[in-house]
Amino acid sequence: MTAHWGRAFSCRRFGTGLSLDDAERGQNLSQSVCTKKHVPNGQSALELRGLAVGHGQRALVRDVCLAVRPGQVVALIGPNGSGKTTILRTVAGQLRALGGVVELFDRPLGEVPPTERAQEMAVMLTGRPSTELLTCRDVVEAGRYPFTGRLGVLGEKDHEAVRAALEATGAADLAERDFSHISDGQRQRVLLARALCQEPRVLLLDEPTSYLDVRSQLEMLQLLRREARERGIAVVASLHEIDLAQKAADHVICIRDGRVTFQGAPEEVFTAERMAELYGLEPGAYDPAFGSVELARPEGEPEVFVIAGGGTGTACFRKLARDGVPFATGVLHEHDADGLLARSLAARAVYERDFEPVSERAVAEACEVLLGCRRVICCVGGFGTMNARNAELLDAARGAGLPVARSRPNPRDDFGKPHR
Amino acid sequence: MGGAARGKTRAGEKGGASRALAFDLVVLLGLAALFVANLCLGSVETTPAEVLRIIAAGPGDTSTAAQVIWQIRLPRAIEAVLLGGALSLSGFLLQTFFANPIADPFVLGISSGAKLVVAVVMIVVLGAGQVMSPAASVGAAFAGSLLTMGFVLLISRRVRTQSMLIVAGVMVGYICSAATNFLVAFADDQSIVNLDNWSRGSFSGATWPDVAFIAVCVLAMGAAVFALSKPLGAYQLGEPYAQSVGVNVSGLRLLIVAVSSLLSACVAAFAGPVSFVGIAAPHLAKRGVRSSRPLYVTPACLLTGATFCCGCDLVARTLFSPVELSVSAVTAVFGAPIVIALMLRGRSR
Repeated sequence: MTAHWGRAFSCRRFGTGLSLDDAERGQNLSQSVCTKKHVPNGQSALELRGLAVGHGQRALVRDVCLAVRPGQVVALIGPNGSGKTTILRTVAGQLRALGGVVELFDRPLGEVPPTERAQEMAVMLTGRPSTELLTCRDVVEAGRYPFTGRLGVLGEKDHEAVRAALEATGAADLAERDFSHISDGQRQRVLLARALCQEPRVLLLDEPTSYLDVRSQLEMLQLLRREARERGIAVVASLHEIDLAQKAADHVICIRDGRVTFQGAPEEVFTAERMAELYGLEPGAYDPAFGSVELARPEGEPEVFVIAGGGTGTACFRKLARDGVPFATGVLHEHDADGLLARSLAARAVYERDFEPVSERAVAEACEVLLGCRRVICCVGGFGTMNARNAELLDAARGAGLPVARSRPNPRDDFGKPHR
Repeated sequence: MGGAARGKTRAGEKGGASRALAFDLVVLLGLAALFVANLCLGSVETTPAEVLRIIAAGPGDTSTAAQVIWQIRLPRAIEAVLLGGALSLSGFLLQTFFANPIADPFVLGISSGAKLVVAVVMIVVLGAGQVMSPAASVGAAFAGSLLTMGFVLLISRRVRTQSMLIVAGVMVGYICSAATNFLVAFADDQSIVNLDNWSRGSFSGATWPDVAFIAVCVLAMGAAVFALSKPLGAYQLGEPYAQSVGVNVSGLRLLIVAVSSLLSACVAAFAGPVSFVGIAAPHLAKRGVRSSRPLYVTPACLLTGATFCCGCDLVARTLFSPVELSVSAVTAVFGAPIVIALMLRGRSR
């Protein structure tokens, strides 16, 4: 199964112009010994070598190695308290590194004077700074600090940068509003505008999508991708939303138990095994195809048999999982949406190989399972060439006198006319 | 439409400064009026024209009116103006430092700590038959301010909520005041009578050497705060953001502590504890310029504090003349409601 997806992703990767070097580099970096030569193509904007971070003397995370190229988006993932924020704060120069080096454009961070550092690197942190009588424009303008004179009065170029940042983040309408009276989503935009008007080449973000609704999360990540692409900013962001990290990041670094457990391209990182290990999940709770987590599978002898396939059963599967009813299902093609979800949720499932018609053998197996159940739910509106034999399951249920319920037809099923 | 939006943007970019200037001008006019009133009103009534003539004639005139104005009212009014500005600035610095709108030297107990050390030094010096110089008073008050500030800082590391910090500050203030009262009660020196009067908070008894010393201190510190307005502005968004744009945060924190302590020390040394000006005046200034950007607020703060104290001293002197109220009582009457309003607003958020 992973082989399939691996191949699918490799194809797409060629399509988007990313080279296989990324994948190889990922593998190299996952070994904790790291040397200077990790970046085959071009200079790295930010490089961490054997970095140890922590508050006080005790290291919270050790041996962090990472190289970020201009224009690259790196996601930092891991469970709560794993030290993502501490890493970001150390890279930002707010905490002393307990070991190793942080290099900003090949210069050790400690040797870069604060103003110069601020002209290269901007940060956006979690939480809302408490302000009084400050407009959003005031907050954004604070980002021009490293460029203004003795009294911090903005010149025309500074105003231009502020305007551009407000436009880019869609916060132009908020400019004259009081910063303490705007919503969380708006606040994130304004704080991002503040960071962008600093015209950084490296941008560090601590949970930029927390507290945001899905649309704002999407907009935030699209914005980051666009800024990274258009201005060549190297972006490092800690993310809790693994589905978003999977979609938005070029490179993902996993932190757990005080070390980097793995890093690499999203398609290498977001596998069921790695996510289960990283977050301590039950096996199967995370599905890389959906990029999301599922409730625990109801265990026990299946009570209900679900006839599904082609994505018709997902809603029904999830409802049964919510209600804690163990269920069986079949015959499903291995990698259609139902087939994938059944792996996480069904107590028992009978599969057919992809692109093959449902075989007699599979139906016989499914029938046996079905007859052990107390009732049947049929999610399919009609049977086609590939699943024609599944109709036999329905007949078997009726023959055995099992109650058959029709689940509400999926609105997407309009395309297939019922066959019987 | 686009033009209008662009025009609005321009207004947003440049409007703050002109608004702040307009506010400063209005406050300055008010201050001038109150200052003149302070010179005219009192047990010896004088007309503004008379006052102008006396001031123009110089301090050489030996008439009663001239003596009253040159030796009593003028230094007192100038002292009220300077110390009012000092209190207000000190309050603004502490509010920025603790990110707490109701922090000021009085509430945090810093004035009382300064007062305690001044009282101790005064008793020792007067007991030895010496005279306290203005510099010695300020030095003692500065030491007291720093000590209390250090103590409050230690507490602020432990307490998580801003209201606990204020409660802790008020407690520190009570302890210091109690200790001062013990000293005053048991040190039965003749000169301690002055100490008692001073420890209630008053601008009376201002002398020209005092005024000169205060002027140098306050104006220098005022200039320092104005020069710090850029990093202070960055600090208002919190330490991590200040650091991220290149502010030397620990250096700035030290400077804020030193400058605000010196400002409140000046007040404590010459006028005793004066309550609530440090909260009310910066608040009025911020409302007035409709911003809390230090570049705009610093001058407005200085002027508002000066006007506030000038007005309160006028009330303290003239309301029940010839009986004089302590200025701290008057500032409390006008300042405390503003503090209560601030706390209510903070809750409704």
